[in-house]
Amino acid sequence: MPERALRLNGPSLEIVQRCDGKHTVQQIIGELQQIYSKAEPKKVETDILDYLARLHDQRALDFA
Amino acid sequence: MISTPSTPVNPLALIAELTHRCPLHCVYCSNPLELKNRANELTTETWARVFEEAGQAGVLQADLTGGEPLARTDIVELVRAVRSAGLYVNLITSGLPLDEGRLDALIAAGLDHLQLSFQGAREEIAAEISGTKSHAQKLRVLEWLKSRRIAVTLNFVIHRRNMDQLAEMLALAESSSATRVEFANVQYYGWAFANRERLLPTRAQLDRSIETLKSAQQRLRGKIRVEYVVPDYYAKYPKPCMGGWGRKLMLITPTGDALPCHAAQIIPGLHFENVKDRGLREIWETSAAFQKFRGEAWMQEPCRTCDRREQDFGGCRCQALLLAGDASATDPVCSLAPTRGKVNAIIAAANNTPPTESVKPDWLYRPNPA
Repeated sequence: MPERALRLNGPSLEIVQRCDGKHTVQQIIGELQQIYSKAEPKKVETDILDYLARLHDQRALDFA
Repeated sequence: MISTPSTPVNPLALIAELTHRCPLHCVYCSNPLELKNRANELTTETWARVFEEAGQAGVLQADLTGGEPLARTDIVELVRAVRSAGLYVNLITSGLPLDEGRLDALIAAGLDHLQLSFQGAREEIAAEISGTKSHAQKLRVLEWLKSRRIAVTLNFVIHRRNMDQLAEMLALAESSSATRVEFANVQYYGWAFANRERLLPTRAQLDRSIETLKSAQQRLRGKIRVEYVVPDYYAKYPKPCMGGWGRKLMLITPTGDALPCHAAQIIPGLHFENVKDRGLREIWETSAAFQKFRGEAWMQEPCRTCDRREQDFGGCRCQALLLAGDASATDPVCSLAPTRGKVNAIIAAANNTPPTESVKPDWLYRPNPA
């Protein structure tokens, strides 16, 4: 992003790595639910949707 | 307690002023008053080495700027060099020496982001401010960008003469493919300092602009990110200039001098290293100019014991020099600075003379290097 950078670690890195124009949001959620299998699946989904919405507001990504 | 200067691990961004040549003559240009000519500019090979060293030093982004970076005939090669060094490439341009073929070549070379500068929302004001006809070409560039896969920011430099055209500027942004629009109030150094009384907005203009831009931020949320920078003369506390001296950014001049900020060369007694003689990391870590205002040891009161000193780092060193006559002083825009009265007097003068659109000011235009 111009004039700024994202500091990514753990789940945020896992999410952004999958924002590649190929994964669907559902696929990202599915894969993260497997990686974080100890977490409540619904919570993983909500967190991912929130995070993607924030990146969209920052205009760091678009939904195809 | 006063800490000793600690050297941040690496600069995050490299600002590469590729040339001082420019088809525009903007009255607030951030280039120094003393412009360097083409014969003294760094070669393609030296820039490529600098970008390579930047990548190795952990720099994330390069901002290719000028002057007009497209005035370099090797600009496509330079973009490719930045990209192959692993950096995010941002081109800051007037869009003037550009056609569709060249734009495609830049994108193919790896350009990530293009920032197109605007002097206003209409040809008339744009020509007055830049001293040349340029607006129609910028509109053409906006059209070309629509069909291409590249991130775009529009940058409007705003001031007394164009601040009442924000709605038109926003409309222009909305009709483009930009995902970001920046409204940058003029900062008063160099050419802008020389033209200050003709550029400084009134309090009423500023208040109206903030209202307009705040509501635009809400309205355009998720579509365009609207950013604005208020003029620090009107602020209560100074800006953390460059994110702190020698903390985040490194600027390379057209001739290769490594500076902590655009205007640093006005500060007497500083010696700047040149990338032709030393590596980038070595300069970052050891250059006396970068060390000079790092940390807190250089600070005077009230900064020295101020709670905000790690937020704004005492403000801008160049502004301290220009307004207080001492680069180590507290930035005079700070409400706690002993010299704040000087800024208040400047603002009072600006507010005593309301803007008159019909009267064209007697501008001092930035020339091209000899």
